[in-house]
Amino acid sequence: MTRIEFMQGNTACAEGALAAGCRFFGGYPITPSTEVAEHMAIKLPKLGGVFIQMEDEIASMASIIGASWTGARAMTATSGPGFSLMMENIGFAVMTETPCVVVNIQRGGPSTGQPTMSGQGDMMQCRFGSHGDYSVIALCPASVQEMFELTVKAFNLADRYRVPVFLMGDEIVGHMRERIEIPDQVERWERRPLAPGELPFKAGPGLVPGFPQFGKGFGVHVTGLTHDERGYPCATSPSVHEELVMRLVAKVETARDEIADYEVVNPDAGQVFVTYGSPARTVQQVIHDRKESDVGHLRLKVVWPFPESALKKFRNARRFLVPEQNMGQIAREIERHTDCEVVPIPKLGGALHTPEELESYLEAGR
Amino acid sequence: MSYEDWFREDRLPHIYCVGCGNGTVINCTLSAVDQIGWKREDTVFVSGIGCSSRAPGYILTDSLHTTHGRALAFATGVRMANKDLHVVVFTGDGDLAAIGGNHFIHACRRNIDITVVCMNNQIYGMTGGQGSPTTPSGAISTTTPYGSSEPPFDLCELAMAAGANYVSRWTSYHVKELTRAVLAGLETPGLSFIEALVQCPTNYGRRNKFRQVMDQVEYMRTHAMLLQKAHRLEEQGEPVPADTILVGEFARRNRPALGVRP
Repeated sequence: MTRIEFMQGNTACAEGALAAGCRFFGGYPITPSTEVAEHMAIKLPKLGGVFIQMEDEIASMASIIGASWTGARAMTATSGPGFSLMMENIGFAVMTETPCVVVNIQRGGPSTGQPTMSGQGDMMQCRFGSHGDYSVIALCPASVQEMFELTVKAFNLADRYRVPVFLMGDEIVGHMRERIEIPDQVERWERRPLAPGELPFKAGPGLVPGFPQFGKGFGVHVTGLTHDERGYPCATSPSVHEELVMRLVAKVETARDEIADYEVVNPDAGQVFVTYGSPARTVQQVIHDRKESDVGHLRLKVVWPFPESALKKFRNARRFLVPEQNMGQIAREIERHTDCEVVPIPKLGGALHTPEELESYLEAGR
Repeated sequence: MSYEDWFREDRLPHIYCVGCGNGTVINCTLSAVDQIGWKREDTVFVSGIGCSSRAPGYILTDSLHTTHGRALAFATGVRMANKDLHVVVFTGDGDLAAIGGNHFIHACRRNIDITVVCMNNQIYGMTGGQGSPTTPSGAISTTTPYGSSEPPFDLCELAMAAGANYVSRWTSYHVKELTRAVLAGLETPGLSFIEALVQCPTNYGRRNKFRQVMDQVEYMRTHAMLLQKAHRLEEQGEPVPADTILVGEFARRNRPALGVRP
């Protein structure tokens, strides 16, 4: 039986994690993500799981990686400054192919910025913030319902591709309260265990190796150093490093279309809004208020890897309008993939774009 | 089973310098793990970065070689998520007390059921001999070319004050005592901290008048004093020399611990 509730976005995120089988949460309080941790602190012990408040975000990220290697579905939640602190260990998770989920309820930055106001300024940090070359997956919920659903999806993608997966919410979606339908059961894609005789870091055609869970007798050595297919450090071999890093990138990039998740509205339109997260809500209002269906909307639920083929769904598009709570981080990414005019609509300060603001951009492009 | 059965032989030769004390500490630790009867599949070795932290790579169990200073935070996740696993952390003075200092005191405060073995060579060995938080005052390193002007940490005092259940210090000369100390640490619920002073001929010794490996081992032997003896001297009003290395058991207690199997 589906349960219907009225819930805050951050709580819905925690509920999604619990439904997905998350049984370890390591975190450090930071506004505006704290309700995720608080809800996990209430619920996890009752389910036999572990909630631990670590000494900082660096330790939080480390703890979920450690927990993940014992087979647990593990998560942390943070916001901008904490996210920055996690970056080194996020790179470690990429290098060691550790499935884990990092929730970032974005606020205004840089630095301490606007703790209680919304922002989307961490989209590039999420993609490129750690050192070296890599590729990750980032999901962007635009409603309380999606805070639940995309958190579940984040765990599934993390296990399937063995990468850290980011739930890149924003303060508005984290703190808004809405009706939500919580299903009895959710879909689960498990990690594939390492087969007997298989090398722990040798991947087949799927590019994702089997997972040698700690405590199962695999005797696996896991290191952030460049390692060979046995997992042994091999940091000075150009070919081993190149092969490893290229596979780590390729396993996500080649699955781009499979991971892609987006919503297409009015595909014949000439002017098309592209959104992710809360700005989608203003665009939905604008389209709702219009008499004609002459405005398109591409709403991205997955931002990384960027689903460039989604842009081609709009065959008559001449302008992509991109309202973001930053100065155009994803607008620039869209420019890389289209010949159409791309119009960034930046909004800083924490408030949502208003319908009038977006209308004025449509008028200008008529 | 013998402790030699814990070695990952296909990784040899190891990367440690000739005369390094870390091998002794690994041997002592594996002897203790073997004596307590833990199984390889139930035991996880975790480490951060540095010479000490390469140790898990030479052991046949599941092992996690993590980021600089963060071993205890990773180990906390492993231990809390699966209380059936035994967790031993190898770390060094720079890894544990400098970049990892905050994780160290909080792991001790939580008194999480982990055994921490610190190979303290009083210098950054792998990075080429820079000063660490335990470099003795006046000692020469590449970043203290005129002698270290900062007072060093006493890691055992730190662990005790922060709340660890078991704390002891020995040196790579005291092989039997060190093995017994690690064993006691493995047996004690809560955080056990065993500090092992080790010689580093390559980066500490040659800059600090220990030209031969045995010179530094001999120094540790002759300057080590049992805690009990030092306390006796103090009670008698006799001075304990400033360059004394206090060895022995600093704490064995039963404060509430985290991550202990129910």
